[in-house]
Amino acid sequence: MRSFTYERAASPAEAARAVATTQGAKFIAGGTNLIDLMKLEIETPTHLVDVQDLGLDRVEETEEGGLRIGTFVSNTALSAHPRVREDYAVLTRAIQAGASGQLRNKASTGGNLLQRTRCAYFYDTNMPCNKRKPGDGCAAIDGFSRQLGVIGTSDSCIATYPGDMAVAMRALDAVVETVKPDGTARAIPVADFHRLWGDTPHIETALEPGEMITHVRLPTPLGGQHFYHKVRDRRSYAYALVSVAAVIQSDGTGRVAFGGVAPKPWRSEAADAQLPNGAAAVVRTAFADARPTEQNAFKIPLAERTLAGILAEMRS
Amino acid sequence: MAEDGFMKVSRRGVLAGGVASAAVGQASILRAQDSSTGGAAKQAKVPVRLTVNGTPQELELDSRTTLLDTLREHLKLTGSKKGCDHGQCGACTVMVNGTRINSCLSLAVQHQGDEITTIEGLGSPEDLHPMQAAFVEHDGYQCGYCTPGQICSAVAVLEEIRNGIPSHVTEDLTGRMRATEMEMRERMSGNICRCGAYSNIAEAMAQVAKG
Amino acid sequence: MEFNAPAGENLFDRAKIVGKSTPRIDGPLKVSGRAPYAAERHDVAANQAYGWIVGAGIAKGRIRAMDLDEARRAPGVIAIVAATEHEPVASSDFNYAPLFGGREVSHYHQAIAVVVAETFEQARAAAGLIRTSYTNGEGTFDLKKAAPGAPLASDRPSDSAKIGDFDAAFAAAPVKVDERYTTPDEAHAMMEPFATIAAWDGPKLTVWTSNQMIEWSRQALASILKMDADNIRVDSPYIGGGFGGKLFVRSDAVMAALGAKAAKRPVKIAMQRPLMFNNATHRHATMQRLRIGAERDGRIVAIGHENWSGNITGEAGENATLQTPKLYSGANRLIANHIAQLDLPEGNAMRAPGELPGHLALEVAMDELAEKLGMDPVELRIVNDTQGMVPGEPDTKLSDRNLTRCLREGADMFGWSKREARPGRSRKGRWLTGMGVAAGYRAAPTMKSGARVRMTDRGQLVVETDMTDIGTGTYTILAQTAAETMGLPLDAVRVELGDSSFPVSAGSGGQWGAASSTAGVYAACVALRRMIGEKLGFDADAATFDGGRATLGVESWSIRDAGALTAEDSMTFGEFKKDYDVGTYAGHFAEVKVDAYTGETYITRMLAVCDAGRILNPLSARSQVIGGMVMAAGAALTEDLHVDKRFGFFANHDLAGYEVPVHADIPHQECVFLDTLDPVSTPLKAKGVGELGICGPGAAVANAIYNATGIRVRDYPLTLDKYLDRLPAIA
Repeated sequence: MRSFTYERAASPAEAARAVATTQGAKFIAGGTNLIDLMKLEIETPTHLVDVQDLGLDRVEETEEGGLRIGTFVSNTALSAHPRVREDYAVLTRAIQAGASGQLRNKASTGGNLLQRTRCAYFYDTNMPCNKRKPGDGCAAIDGFSRQLGVIGTSDSCIATYPGDMAVAMRALDAVVETVKPDGTARAIPVADFHRLWGDTPHIETALEPGEMITHVRLPTPLGGQHFYHKVRDRRSYAYALVSVAAVIQSDGTGRVAFGGVAPKPWRSEAADAQLPNGAAAVVRTAFADARPTEQNAFKIPLAERTLAGILAEMRS
Repeated sequence: MAEDGFMKVSRRGVLAGGVASAAVGQASILRAQDSSTGGAAKQAKVPVRLTVNGTPQELELDSRTTLLDTLREHLKLTGSKKGCDHGQCGACTVMVNGTRINSCLSLAVQHQGDEITTIEGLGSPEDLHPMQAAFVEHDGYQCGYCTPGQICSAVAVLEEIRNGIPSHVTEDLTGRMRATEMEMRERMSGNICRCGAYSNIAEAMAQVAKG
Repeated sequence: MEFNAPAGENLFDRAKIVGKSTPRIDGPLKVSGRAPYAAERHDVAANQAYGWIVGAGIAKGRIRAMDLDEARRAPGVIAIVAATEHEPVASSDFNYAPLFGGREVSHYHQAIAVVVAETFEQARAAAGLIRTSYTNGEGTFDLKKAAPGAPLASDRPSDSAKIGDFDAAFAAAPVKVDERYTTPDEAHAMMEPFATIAAWDGPKLTVWTSNQMIEWSRQALASILKMDADNIRVDSPYIGGGFGGKLFVRSDAVMAALGAKAAKRPVKIAMQRPLMFNNATHRHATMQRLRIGAERDGRIVAIGHENWSGNITGEAGENATLQTPKLYSGANRLIANHIAQLDLPEGNAMRAPGELPGHLALEVAMDELAEKLGMDPVELRIVNDTQGMVPGEPDTKLSDRNLTRCLREGADMFGWSKREARPGRSRKGRWLTGMGVAAGYRAAPTMKSGARVRMTDRGQLVVETDMTDIGTGTYTILAQTAAETMGLPLDAVRVELGDSSFPVSAGSGGQWGAASSTAGVYAACVALRRMIGEKLGFDADAATFDGGRATLGVESWSIRDAGALTAEDSMTFGEFKKDYDVGTYAGHFAEVKVDAYTGETYITRMLAVCDAGRILNPLSARSQVIGGMVMAAGAALTEDLHVDKRFGFFANHDLAGYEVPVHADIPHQECVFLDTLDPVSTPLKAKGVGELGICGPGAAVANAIYNATGIRVRDYPLTLDKYLDRLPAIA
């Protein structure tokens, strides 16, 4: 871990300004991913701006009946919030499917959106990786790729967004609120938050330099039945092979987002429209452009079977 | 860090030489920034105040020092274990303001004013916490290295259930939480025990949960 | 003392302490965080500096250059010992790839430097500033490609044996199985990393480390560092798991010693977790072929087990055939164990080396045979159990074997009769359920083991031996043995372990530790009894020791009156044992449910019924067995070091990528010990159980998955991607 200086910001705009004006600066919230990566020198910030004192640790009701989640709200607190459990159960389910109790207690809402990939070659600094070092090459494409992406990937990088929370947020059409260094705010639909990186896999989100996540806004509740099925090799404390977030209405329509398959939570409105036609139709549409490796091609039938299980549960 | 241009890489992927079994090295790594930049200020120590097991502590620490290393190396409270140092095993579990976290993935400077409880704060060999005693009674350990983390988690898990925090295996998210066996197993899954004492740990926890 | 004939009736047959469930005497220290593990010993040496090991970035080749300047200038750096500036260390009998090899790189993450600094943070940061360039060599990393030409591991019977005419008998057998199985490379993944504090005092070196075999490691360090072993002290009283990974000195100890010499200060190193998987040893992958031919009544007429594994040494390897000559009858037999040379990190012993993967293949092949025969798999095993002889070693006698009881009693307890024999027919909603069985065999060797016992003038007893407790419960069983032999209460006994200044013991490995070290403590206690008898004037061998007193006829003495005394002895094991196969046996049962949609597999019940002679402490022995069952579950379902065959390394080298079982994977486990005694083993008639628990449960899980789904996967671990396409069609 390289040396860094550390400060606690007093306001979101000040935090954004500090990161924008200090070369090599980064925000730190929970730190569960950032500190891990700093130890391996995959992240090498020279200055950390801690956002824990900004009052962004509350979940508030919005006027239209949704929720506004502060960026520093812990995964545990968010998943346990009565309104989330009642009206956005898919989000509670997704969060509780991720990591461990200890990590969920520390990991923040904003930080979890920014969680970086678990690709083994990204994590090993002796290995080529276009995400760590643009132009370096990708060791994963012809290597150990079982866990990696099958769609939305590129010739430069087949990593996935590894988290669970954002998959549910995608199904809910959450909106990420930010503040820029100049103090202006903007709202980014979570659908547009993670990039399909093409040949710039080191740029993973729509955030501009210094732009800070302040809140995540959940629209009014969708109703329907909420499911999050995460399939993994062991039963807990593991990354998804495939996860499926689904909100399904009694008439069979609904929304489906897939995790563990792409650089972002994977959902298409065209695939949603196929829900009344069954899992095969949804997956055929959602994964029409998939380019899996030999090792991870199973993820597509697995996605179909996982969704089919949800639909069967829905019917019973 | 390896530094070599021996290996041919393309944007598409890695071209591993002409021979299938050839070992390949890695392309050069250029440092984005010289480590000498930043100067003396960077090496300056940061004052950290926290309370550990009820005792206030004032420390001057390298900003890079994790909470775990603060406990183990500076306060010489070695009950909290370093198993992986990357949040992958749970051996470093401690309570911060009553909430369990992995102390390896937390910087000491993030904890100004916090109250930390470690395994040493739960009980001593002469005066064991009920969970510690239950682990001894049920042989809920073997090598003992993951044990302090297991016990800190076990105590916290029962509290989390009492506080109504749901888990991955909770069927009714809006109902009352119960300390079922599967609830405890799921919630304890962030604490790996390679000796495989899980079944005995579950029994120790069940005993304490019953009270 | 020599154990030179089977034990007759002795004091352990009337035991009050040995054989009783006893909470660990080291338990309160462990649960309160007070038991000091290697890297935690702030008290043993002042002014400890921190070391950080740099691992090679290639799998094979040569270091062209290391740029150390920037690292040397980094804050806090005291010394750097680097491969380009330091001679390679010498080898030892206990490792092959050098633990610090100079410019030659023989495997990925081999130690190429240690950075010593004032603080942990400084050492780690400075290590990141070292720039190394390499010339790459060529290596062989693919077992599948290397196996066809691989020679037999040796001409020893355990590697190559033929009895009768296997080929003809197999060809003629009316019912046969001929299948191939693969098992992956696996990691010990013990929770405490390799860790050492090293300090020099002139020519003398002390290492406070984490190690299973103190004397082996003292000798190895002497060879590696070219020192007189008498100048080395190894101390390892608490060990955070080993499973074979800490049988030998590793680079943490070597680099701490070199670093301490260069820094002229004590140096502490705890190896970073991501380095451990490629830096140290692992369990070798295997490829196996099983051919079993049987009569229609189930009697085996031909059994052939061939095995291929690879190692950097080009020898040893993972001999998965080990249990096959022991378990089942059959007049015509073939054993062949092949070893290929690979350039992956060094393979070596991991809990039940050979038998873990061997059972994963043999015991599934038996399940396949049972199905072809239309026979219950429990009955098939019982039909082929042999009473009175070792099937593949007709000249060897059996000491005590109760495999059939394990299977029968296990089947009763588990409710085996409720099993639906037709695979894939038990379904509740989305869950397919099934049961599986496997037999287990693990040898019960004994090794010479010494101890010293000191009686204080206050009647307290201190046991000292370099024996180790790696979670096995050694502290407690040695205290029980000493208390029983001396007729003292358990709390009058203190046990000190793991220090090379104590008498040399058997150490912890190969399931020999408990049986051997208790025998050694018994020998020392008998010597102490004789000293007491001499001092107080009675025949100690004829006397009974109980309640702090020795009694002979109507006379009685308080043993405290003998004053402070120290006795030392060791137990050696006589030639007569070579006539016997001393084994431990188990019937393993598992129940699983498999999600018919996703293929996710959960174990819902596990049972082991074990035959291992006298169980010294049923409480901790149960822990050993269930721990083995957990590791076997991992081997069956998730554990897999993924070899990158281009770069030649294990790619998933951390505890997030290498998935060992977690709490949620493991159901309530039952473990039952048969009430048996093995007089050929030791005076205590006890045998080890630490490896028996891993021999078989994985196959029982695999067989249960087949029973649930009707899908047979022979390529471990049984992850869902390997059978997803064969699950029931979805609507």
